[in-house]
Amino acid sequence: MAKIHVTDREGQDHELEATKGWSVMEIVRENDLPIEAACGGCCACATCHVYVDEAWLPKLKAADDEEDRMLDEAYQVQENSRLSCQINFSDELDGLKITLAPEF
Amino acid sequence: MSDIIQTDMIIIGAGPVGLFTVFEAGLLNMSCHLVDNLDKIGGQCAELYPDKPIYDIPAVPHCTGQQLTDLLMQQIEPFNPVFHLNQQAEAVERQDDGKWRLTTSIGTVLEAPAIVIAAGAGSFVPRRLPLAGAEEREGQSLHYVVRRMEDFRGKSIVIAGGGDSALDWTLNLQPLASSLALVHRRDDFRAAPDSVSKMRELVAADDMALHIGQITELHGSAPELEAVTIKNPDGETVVPCDTLLAFYGLKMELGPIADWGLNLEKNLIDVNTETFETNVEGIFAIGDIITYPGKLKLILSGFHESALMCQKAFKYCFPDDKLVFRYTTSSTDLQKKLGVA
Repeated sequence: MAKIHVTDREGQDHELEATKGWSVMEIVRENDLPIEAACGGCCACATCHVYVDEAWLPKLKAADDEEDRMLDEAYQVQENSRLSCQINFSDELDGLKITLAPEF
Repeated sequence: MSDIIQTDMIIIGAGPVGLFTVFEAGLLNMSCHLVDNLDKIGGQCAELYPDKPIYDIPAVPHCTGQQLTDLLMQQIEPFNPVFHLNQQAEAVERQDDGKWRLTTSIGTVLEAPAIVIAAGAGSFVPRRLPLAGAEEREGQSLHYVVRRMEDFRGKSIVIAGGGDSALDWTLNLQPLASSLALVHRRDDFRAAPDSVSKMRELVAADDMALHIGQITELHGSAPELEAVTIKNPDGETVVPCDTLLAFYGLKMELGPIADWGLNLEKNLIDVNTETFETNVEGIFAIGDIITYPGKLKLILSGFHESALMCQKAFKYCFPDDKLVFRYTTSSTDLQKKLGVA
């Protein structure tokens, strides 16, 4: 089974089973980690904000304009900030490392 | 006591489920007043995804959030709902005659035998800066809304954000302010292009400043403000100011409802699934804000919950009347209420 590694806001690491075809937000949410995802994953809010481990950034499809615009409503946005509902999990992302951004 | 509004049902939340409740209640002769903290009708459908498609409304193969709101408004029009927008349902108090009295954040007072909470994920409130010293400064040197422009005359203002609120207030307050700087995390704005070009003209004429970056620190002795630190990949800048306006959009939170004595489970309201009544008699809850075994957060589930809820609410509104179950297809009585017979 593919995995992703999530660091929560207390700095604790979680290894989660990852299902192909799910968004990273869905994987985090279905594992009961605290992610608000207020809009349900349609890129209409910024409450699934995560930081992607630098090593994994090149493997991700770049954020589109809509995602970049929504990140305006996030806080402590960094170069490696993404909305996790917009990252579709596939086999190439097995082992992906992310950190949940602070709640805002 | 003449300014207390009397009605049959007070609905908290003017999203799709709250709106459809006007219809279901109306068929049973109950008239409704709705309270919502947003400045518009439609809840999340209007605020979060007005242009996003929805494909799972029964018999509506495709609509947007805004279209769904418009269609519901058309459907409930015969029942003349009254809206109280821009205000949050704050306190409820049981009256001696058994009615509930609800007071809003701006002092509207409503009374009804039934209150229905259809508040989705809670009410929309401004996102607050999660910085040390922000809370102590709120309403003093740090603001998330502008109530009176005149309060900002002669101030040295920093405005944060890249949407319409940030740009509109930049343009409105710039002539009044002693100095004004706009801060946004990137040199691209989602606000209306016309406002953006006006802002850029002011920057070019040296009438205001534009900083690309994010505010990371507030300086001065709270509640006063002396400066803010703005950080970007190239480094940090300290911008002197006495007033900060932050427009980072809205977030949803449960708000005062949390203190109404309702049984909550992870910020969701427990209900009886036969009546959608909460543990408090006469207070009902439907839609995304509730939880029960098997609950799905779908608009269509909220519609169903609304219909069942109205059966019980009717008993509080008209305790002496018998309720007869009828279809709009066959009942002339219902058709008269809809204005079609």
